[in-house]
Amino acid sequence: MSELKYHKASNASEAASMISGTEDGKFLAGGQTLLPTMKAKLAAPSDLVDVSGASDMIGISISGNTVSIGAMTTHADVAGNPELNAVCPSICALAGNIGDPAVRHRGTIGGSVANNDPAADYPAALLALGATITTNNRDISADDFFVGMFETALEDGEIITKVSFDAPEKGAYAKFPNPASRYAMVGVFAAKSSGGARVAVTGAGSDGVFRQSDMEAALDGSWSPDSVSDVSVSADNLLSDIHGDAAYRANLVKVMAARAVANA
Amino acid sequence: MSEGIGASVRRKEDKRFITGKGKYTDDIRQENQAYAAFVRSPHAHAVVKSIDASEAEAMEGVVAVLNGHQLTEDGIGNIIAGWAITSKDGSGMNMGAWSALCTEKVRYVGDTIAIVIADTQEIARNAADAVMVDFDILPAEVNPEATLADGAPQIHDNAPNNQIYDWELGDEAATDAGLASAAHVTEMEIINNRLSPNPMEPRAAIAIFDEAEDHYTLYTTSQNPHVARLLLSAFYQVAPEHKLRVVAPDVGGGFGSKIYVYPEEIACLWASMKTNRSVKWTSTRSEAFLTDAHGRDHVTRAKMGFDANGKIVGFKVDTIANIGAYMSLFSSVTPTYLYATLLSGQYDMPAIHGNVRAVYTNTAPVDAYRGAGRPEATYLVERMMDTAALEMGVDPAELRRKNFIQSFPYQTQVIMNYDSGDFPGCMDKAQAAADVAGFAARKAESASRGKLRGIGYSSFIEACGIAPSAAVGSLGCGVGLWESAEVRVNPVGTIEILTGSHSHGQSHETTFAQLVNDRFGIPIDNVQIVHGDTDKVQFGMGTYGSRSGPVGMNAIVKALDKVEAKVKKIAAHVLEASEDDIVIEAGEVKIAGTDKKMAWHEVGLAAYTAHNLPEGMEPGLKEGAFFDPINFSFPSATLICEVEVDPDTGVTDILQFTTADDFGVIINPMVVEGQVHGGIAQGIGQAMLENVVYDDSGQLLTGSYMDYAMPRADDLPSFTIEHNNVPSPSNPLGLKGCGEAGAIGAPPAVINAICNAIGNNNLSMPATPSKVWAALQEVSTQQAAE
Repeated sequence: MSELKYHKASNASEAASMISGTEDGKFLAGGQTLLPTMKAKLAAPSDLVDVSGASDMIGISISGNTVSIGAMTTHADVAGNPELNAVCPSICALAGNIGDPAVRHRGTIGGSVANNDPAADYPAALLALGATITTNNRDISADDFFVGMFETALEDGEIITKVSFDAPEKGAYAKFPNPASRYAMVGVFAAKSSGGARVAVTGAGSDGVFRQSDMEAALDGSWSPDSVSDVSVSADNLLSDIHGDAAYRANLVKVMAARAVANA
Repeated sequence: MSEGIGASVRRKEDKRFITGKGKYTDDIRQENQAYAAFVRSPHAHAVVKSIDASEAEAMEGVVAVLNGHQLTEDGIGNIIAGWAITSKDGSGMNMGAWSALCTEKVRYVGDTIAIVIADTQEIARNAADAVMVDFDILPAEVNPEATLADGAPQIHDNAPNNQIYDWELGDEAATDAGLASAAHVTEMEIINNRLSPNPMEPRAAIAIFDEAEDHYTLYTTSQNPHVARLLLSAFYQVAPEHKLRVVAPDVGGGFGSKIYVYPEEIACLWASMKTNRSVKWTSTRSEAFLTDAHGRDHVTRAKMGFDANGKIVGFKVDTIANIGAYMSLFSSVTPTYLYATLLSGQYDMPAIHGNVRAVYTNTAPVDAYRGAGRPEATYLVERMMDTAALEMGVDPAELRRKNFIQSFPYQTQVIMNYDSGDFPGCMDKAQAAADVAGFAARKAESASRGKLRGIGYSSFIEACGIAPSAAVGSLGCGVGLWESAEVRVNPVGTIEILTGSHSHGQSHETTFAQLVNDRFGIPIDNVQIVHGDTDKVQFGMGTYGSRSGPVGMNAIVKALDKVEAKVKKIAAHVLEASEDDIVIEAGEVKIAGTDKKMAWHEVGLAAYTAHNLPEGMEPGLKEGAFFDPINFSFPSATLICEVEVDPDTGVTDILQFTTADDFGVIINPMVVEGQVHGGIAQGIGQAMLENVVYDDSGQLLTGSYMDYAMPRADDLPSFTIEHNNVPSPSNPLGLKGCGEAGAIGAPPAVINAICNAIGNNNLSMPATPSKVWAALQEVSTQQAAE
């Protein structure tokens, strides 16, 4: 049994160089998924490079309508940022409803996005907001970033430094929590921007977060809850499990989308 | 402020619990302490071909890896069910062997194969992972009906078709005749869902072997340490009874799951002798989900017949009870004598027949869980009543009223003799408190917001205060179910109460002291409750079945009677008065009507100095008593649940939850209400959230809180609790017991309310949003068809 090696990075470039020499290193952000996974012996990295204290990856900056959130900014900091709340209240509300207070004070936006849990909240927001995910190497659009369940466009050793987006004219997230875990069983982020409406769904898709283009088209025609309620949602490619089958999730996609639009 | 019977005194034990100073088994550290971890089966059913522990044994820090063959060689006995149930053909139970460590075969995921002892917990767990077991995987069966079919996997050789017993209670011919005469028969299939007990503190044990004395000590999370000692010595042969001390220190909840002695405790105690190390094991939450005895899991088909006036004329019940892979301690009695004996509910039923088949499946053992059999009976009876009312087009409360038992004692057709109660009175109080009269207006208001409002009843009775020893003995129980107590008055007048009851959340340190205050006027701070240690308390049967009040407290009262008599004798002698003239009030012992008196502590001192005692009296002031009840006690209640369903999502909000209970005499109303709150929370959990699910291969799908939905505070409403107490005539204090009431009564009230709201009676527990939504789709499909 080999010993786990722990490294603490003080900035993004140090983190990237620390992980480059490792056998099977992993970045440790808030640890809200990785550490329980390791405890359950479902992951056994050789090294952990802790980036939660990387100073150039923390904080929120707002310039006009453009929002930039450092990857290691905690959910609690996103939820409680008054400037952000003034320009994009939907992202603050979403962050304030992730997990419980302990999770929100450790978990980070970068960690959540990099993990791309099919029931995580942030991927829906970033996809609906047309966000850009910036890494130590490049910028990746949210449309290209979320590849599939727990899969992203990140290369080995690549690290997310920040996410940025333009605050929408209107936007809201409606989440239906799983009765046990309280992860999103279905979560829908609906946003209206100059480029049009975007609707992203988390929790329901068997390939992870996805855009509901029929609803987007309907909302481009008329931004109202009824527009999405009239869209037919197929249960194909939706998840079925002991908490709800695909037909139920298909229904929830409509209901949550309508609620998101109504609240936006 | 009074601290006697009826006073809502704050809990004495809360200071240490709230400040984090409780002392639980896992807090105990021993010198020379080693840690245990278990090699468990990843398969639901498999032959164990070989065990290779060589890699684990070679790991640094590993002390030993011990298996079932070594356990058997040392003469350690199999785990047993403590109540013999006789099938209707006169045959005994087909009880399969359950060794603490499997030798030939594993029968459920989590089954114990070997114990690893190591210097640290981490090493022990890693070494357990390194033990290689070669399995021959067999087909598994988890379904309680399918397991009875020909060709189903044979789980124990001596239980053909996996049937343990086929038992009946009541008069089948009379019941059939009643049903044949009925103007209306309601017929249902009811599933009572399987639950995981989830006490906050997981099971734990620390076994200490003293080689010099050949003496064993076991600290463990037990609801009944004396029963554990009896089992470990007389039945499992791990250590002789006089050489074994079992201590159950602070225990963080049990709900039944800590009544039993499990394989892990047996293995740890045995391993402490084998390795001459103190052996400690603390269950992980994952192990708790896999191996703590589950609750409920019944499949029932039932018919209830009514005459043209709505009076019940017959009730016939056919139940299959899933026992899991092995027969745990109370597994045989829970679905029989704790279940079918309550099938009469609160109703005058002229004929009842209950048939129960207990079956093995490749799942964790199933045993008593808060309510134990009585929730299953209540859910069945109360779902039948609401369904019958719906089918006959009558008000469900009126149908209940029409059938309520009105006079006591009442002999049911299923053994129980109800000693007291006021069922219409509970219904009246509950209906008034729930403002049933205003329901129609509230339903209309909900409808105006697009929501569906519903109301549901549950009128239940349970049998607590388990139990008259001779009676249970005649029905197959292996032990007596009395309780013991000892009252020690110290020379300074302070008092220790030693009790065989065990508190793992029940507030005994407060409520038991209130009995002393009520009798002698001594502040409860001067009373210490001692429990949970077989070296201190002579014997006891422990806490389960809401018995600490009706049985345990009455044992204390009997001992207090003896102390009082001796105190009066001493005071009469010292004060030169007649014993009959002595009264004890507010901590003083007086001659009635005079100012001549002794302070309480002066009597204590007199007893121990023994300078001036009545002739022939022994020194000291210490009395013991055993209390064996003459009957069960019968708490009852009507609960009313009012819900609002969101038809878009199927989400149910409980808007009001009202209960009007008859608990007999109440010692501490605040504590009783706390018990009721917790019980209802668990009942709502069963009704709406909780469900243990295995896949077809026997893998547990709900092995963590990610998938097993525990009720949280925001799932629950505030509760309205009314009391309609009729003292029990069957015990000196008039107590009936309150610990299980909410968990027993709540589930049918919730489901009846949701069914009422959605207009579909076809709904099973847990009524999750997805199930409620699907039931609503059935209604719309039906309406579209019509």
